[in-house]
Amino acid sequence: MSSTYDTIANIIAETCDIPRDTIKPESHAINDLGIDSLDFLDIAFAIDKAFGIKLPLEQWTQEVNDGKATTDQYFVLKNLAARIDELVAAKGT
Amino acid sequence: MRFEYFQLIDRIVEINLADRMISSEAIVPTESTIFEGHFPGYPLMPGVLLIEAMAQTSGWLVVAMNRFERMAFLAQVKDAKFRTFVTPGQTLAVKARVVHEGSGYAVTETSISIHGKPVCDATLTLRILDFPNQDVRNRMRETAARVGFPSEVSANG
Repeated sequence: MSSTYDTIANIIAETCDIPRDTIKPESHAINDLGIDSLDFLDIAFAIDKAFGIKLPLEQWTQEVNDGKATTDQYFVLKNLAARIDELVAAKGT
Repeated sequence: MRFEYFQLIDRIVEINLADRMISSEAIVPTESTIFEGHFPGYPLMPGVLLIEAMAQTSGWLVVAMNRFERMAFLAQVKDAKFRTFVTPGQTLAVKARVVHEGSGYAVTETSISIHGKPVCDATLTLRILDFPNQDVRNRMRETAARVGFPSEVSANG
């Protein structure tokens, strides 16, 4: 699994006091790990700092609310890692 | 400062959008019913209200950075330290700096000093949301005018 995934899994474990070995690439941050929106702000802050990006949380939330995306696309950790990789790649262009 | 209206900030001294910094002034009232309980015969400004003063100052900075289009709400207090007592009549110098602006939230490092002596500091997270309606926005503008919010950063709308 990518180092991006390992980084965010470690951030989640530290930020939310969740045992690292219970966090899987298939874990859904909200539905499986029980992370609420406030805790996710902490995670977003740590991810923003770690990767030098700005997770577009408001855009993602809007897309989910409008039915244009599912939460799985953004909050299943392997998918979140892929979104982060895209944001990092876009930053370099 | 008027505790009963939760007006912790008397005056915005400066907003520097380039450096994402703000400073404000807050004068602790000489008399308040709060001092009758905190503590009887030994009046001290409560630490939770010092946090509120730092949150309000941080909030005005975030509002300014969002051109008065959005509002800030306190979401998290981290590493709050109270280093000395604050007594009635003292003038607080409140400072805040946005250290990270995320999507829908901002993180500030904020502090209060009196005559250069550190009083307290904390790291705050504020959610950034749309004003719930135009009336709230208008009322916030009235409050902004009272504390000297610079008109050039709220010129539109």
